Amino acid sequence: MTRIGVVTFPGSLDDGDARRAIRLSGAEPVRVWHGDHDLQGVDAVVLPGGFSYGDYLRCGAIAARSPIMTEVVAAAGRGLPVLGICNGFQMLTEAHLLPGGLVRNDHGAFVCRDQRLRVEQAGTAWTNAFAGGEEIVVPLKNGEGGFVADADTVERLEGEGRVVFRYLGVNPNGSVADIAGIANDRGNVVGLMPHPEHATEPGFGPDTADAMRSGVDGLRVFRSALAALLAA
Amino acid sequence: MTSDATPTSTSTVHVDSVERAAATPDREQPYAALGLTDGEYAEIRALLGRRPTSGELAMYSVMWSEHCSYKSSKKYLRRFGDKVTPKMREHLMVGMGQNAGVVDIGRGWAVTFKVESHNHPSYIEPFQGAATGVGGIVRDIIAMGARPVAVMDQLRFGDLADPDTLRVVHGVVAGIAHYGNCLGLPNIGGETVFDKVYQGNPLVNALAVGVLRHEDLRLANATGAGNKVVLFGARTGGDGIGGASILASDTFSAGGPTKRPAVQVGDPFAEKVLIECCLELFHGDLVEAIQDLGAAGISCATSELAANGDGGMRVDLDAVLLRDPTLTAEEILMSESQERMMAIVTPEQLEGFLAVTAKWDVETSVLGEVTGTGRLEITWHGETIVDVDPSTVAVDGPVYDRPVARPSWIDALQADSASALPRPTEGGELREALLALLASPSLASPAWITDQYDRYVLGNTALSFPDDGGMIRVDEESGLGVAIATDANGRYSLLDPRAGAQLALSEAYRNVAVTGASPLAVTDCLNFGAPTNPEVMWQFAEAVDGLADACLALEVPVTGGNVSLYNQTGSTAIHPTPVVGVLGTIDDVAKRIPSGWQDDGLNLYLLGTTALELDGSAWAGVVHDHLGGRPPAVRLEAERDLAGLLAAGNDEGLIAAAHDLGEGGLAQTLAEAVLRFGLGARVWLGDIEERDGVDTATALFSESTARVLVAVPREEDVKFVGLCAGRRVPALRIGVTDVESGTLEVQDRFEIPIEELRAAHEGTLPARLGARVGG
Repeated sequence: MTRIGVVTFPGSLDDGDARRAIRLSGAEPVRVWHGDHDLQGVDAVVLPGGFSYGDYLRCGAIAARSPIMTEVVAAAGRGLPVLGICNGFQMLTEAHLLPGGLVRNDHGAFVCRDQRLRVEQAGTAWTNAFAGGEEIVVPLKNGEGGFVADADTVERLEGEGRVVFRYLGVNPNGSVADIAGIANDRGNVVGLMPHPEHATEPGFGPDTADAMRSGVDGLRVFRSALAALLAA
Repeated sequence: MTSDATPTSTSTVHVDSVERAAATPDREQPYAALGLTDGEYAEIRALLGRRPTSGELAMYSVMWSEHCSYKSSKKYLRRFGDKVTPKMREHLMVGMGQNAGVVDIGRGWAVTFKVESHNHPSYIEPFQGAATGVGGIVRDIIAMGARPVAVMDQLRFGDLADPDTLRVVHGVVAGIAHYGNCLGLPNIGGETVFDKVYQGNPLVNALAVGVLRHEDLRLANATGAGNKVVLFGARTGGDGIGGASILASDTFSAGGPTKRPAVQVGDPFAEKVLIECCLELFHGDLVEAIQDLGAAGISCATSELAANGDGGMRVDLDAVLLRDPTLTAEEILMSESQERMMAIVTPEQLEGFLAVTAKWDVETSVLGEVTGTGRLEITWHGETIVDVDPSTVAVDGPVYDRPVARPSWIDALQADSASALPRPTEGGELREALLALLASPSLASPAWITDQYDRYVLGNTALSFPDDGGMIRVDEESGLGVAIATDANGRYSLLDPRAGAQLALSEAYRNVAVTGASPLAVTDCLNFGAPTNPEVMWQFAEAVDGLADACLALEVPVTGGNVSLYNQTGSTAIHPTPVVGVLGTIDDVAKRIPSGWQDDGLNLYLLGTTALELDGSAWAGVVHDHLGGRPPAVRLEAERDLAGLLAAGNDEGLIAAAHDLGEGGLAQTLAEAVLRFGLGARVWLGDIEERDGVDTATALFSESTARVLVAVPREEDVKFVGLCAGRRVPALRIGVTDVESGTLEVQDRFEIPIEELRAAHEGTLPARLGARVGG
């Protein structure tokens, strides 16, 4: 069975949710500890949401320098699929696996909402189960989720098809060009602010027109990794 | 005792040891400045047979404070324990008196929950006050051996139009969001009320829920001589010291720290790590007991652990890790620094214990050990500065029977009924009144607030705002879960505190029932004015008595809670505000009932009957700025029947949606149910008017209790009507869902497009507080 690691840092909050989502997608979740140098031979890695190290210094900055991240950076360089969700996205930018950075929401407050997104790039390790241009709804919850990058970087991301998710309807945090998630040039590393792991189990996801809390659009993010690994 | 202590810093630090206290009986002590009365000070001297040391005085002063000792309320709180049936004890694993009550919910699972106040700190420093309120109640939950799984907040602010309200709301909401979100606990509901009576004294209550396996239950008792007393978590600093600063400056030399912030400062990251650390200690069987450090800090933790145990305790304050090395012994004893826990650990467990705290980078120090002496002995700089019977500090504090007087004004207030107010009859006026209520600050959508709270984390939230109660899955295998709702109505409680408390219980009980869960247990947070005012004491006594009676009638035990007195600015007390939380169980959260409909053509039934009960109502308040008369009749038997019907109907799959009728009556309920999924309905009121003999305004705005609106699939209609008849619950078909119409239509009266309803409901808070994201 495909094994996907979820790293727990001090202050990780959605690590259990990420493990559940992996299980629901048909893979085996593996607990990985921030202080280790051992990825336990996993086939992919998720850096979960939370407030690692209390967001001290900058969100994700301290976690990006923890022992396990040395291994994550090296493995990502070898093509290992890596997904950073929310705080995990912040870590990926702090570790320079992805460009740009995340800053305080333009309206200044934490926001939790069911967010419409467009899947702009279905060619990555974490989005191949979607159709390009597909619209999905995934919960978003962050205080510092405003994506920023200089104009050249944004132009390059757009030009190279590395904008993976874009906010639709409402830009909830002031992200440049409504960018919700991006990929590295190989497409194996993806970071996004919304939380696909919270839209994987009927009864506990966002509302849909059919039934309360039944949205499971996030499940295909994790299924994509399985497909990518099978194809590799 | 030989004094071999070497005062660390300077010779100005002298130790007021037990020996010195015995030798200097006449030394003046600042007991009055610390809040102790002449009588209490004399009692302490009698208990000890000498004057207390300054350390002992510090301990007694905080532990005998109203906040810690419940000295004014204890007499009445006993009634909760007196009025119980065997059925009420059946599921109760731990009752009042421990950090939080614990209830057996079946399949080997238990739940612990409690609501507590953090009112005064939240007015002085709204952000930190509210944040540490969340932190404190969560530590109570951890101390029982449980994993915290959700929080809720009961908020009462002043007039939304008052500029100072903005300061308090922004600070409190951001503080709760900051702390709760960083802890990774979903916020699953709560209350928001705006009323000018809370202008100078907002109420910030926080509720937390935790789950545990039966075998993981821990009581905070220090037993077993030789076991270690361990302090772990954040370091002890000078924050949260109120009276101690007076003591310090009065008794000790100048130059030491004198001015300390009286409001604690929270660090949710430290608490999150502490949660994981404690759970790993519990599950590894590396600890006997854990007590949280909240109010009164080390004074409280040591004396309560020892008093609840079977022996004594010896602790050395020099071993306490400090943020500020200049703190005096008295300050260390009284500090309320957050994110600290005290554990009782056997010598065999100690190595494993320290390995776990090291893994989580949690600082730990062994302060002393459990003894067989029956005394709590505390040393500092080599001298004994505290030597007391811990029970006298923690358990057997003073109990007051304060004067009680029925307020002279209450007869006149009760005579001033809202039934004399002009009621609208024309469709246009009725429509306007509905929209005015829907947009009024306390009935308007609190989404501006709840959007700032994470409701998804942990992945077990089955219901949250805007449904009537919050619901959490406990067991992933079976879907077993719990629902929680809280309520309080200060307006009703002012008119009649006994009925007000019972109505709060009725509403919370009903809110749990409409989610599909069965009510099981109660927690309360009793917010009142100053107990020295006999009229306030009367309100308190009435409310407690009423609540205890109603709990008995509904057979739901009070498992714990909190009393908050002195909620007043100047001579004007807040409305009596007994917040009541009800917890219920559901065997599979997949069966939960939403508060609005998603399908066309469902039949809408009003369960229960409507009377002319507008006294204290939202309609009287919003439309006429009126408060007088008597609150709606308390109908506990009808509430029970209704809850039973909802459970039975839900088991048979007959109920597609259910929404409670409360403040604002049927009008508010219809509007909220339509707005839940943005799908319309057509309603007629003629049958209610005819059966119950009421006018249209009463049918729409009366707040008669024991009523629920339910949506029933057409094919289940016959079964549902039969079920209601069999269970003696009055049911009247009053409408049908209509997803095409895009309106709420009250036939022959008025029609309101859903977008107009939404604008009224969702516009109020953002207009004052700032734009809502996506709103």
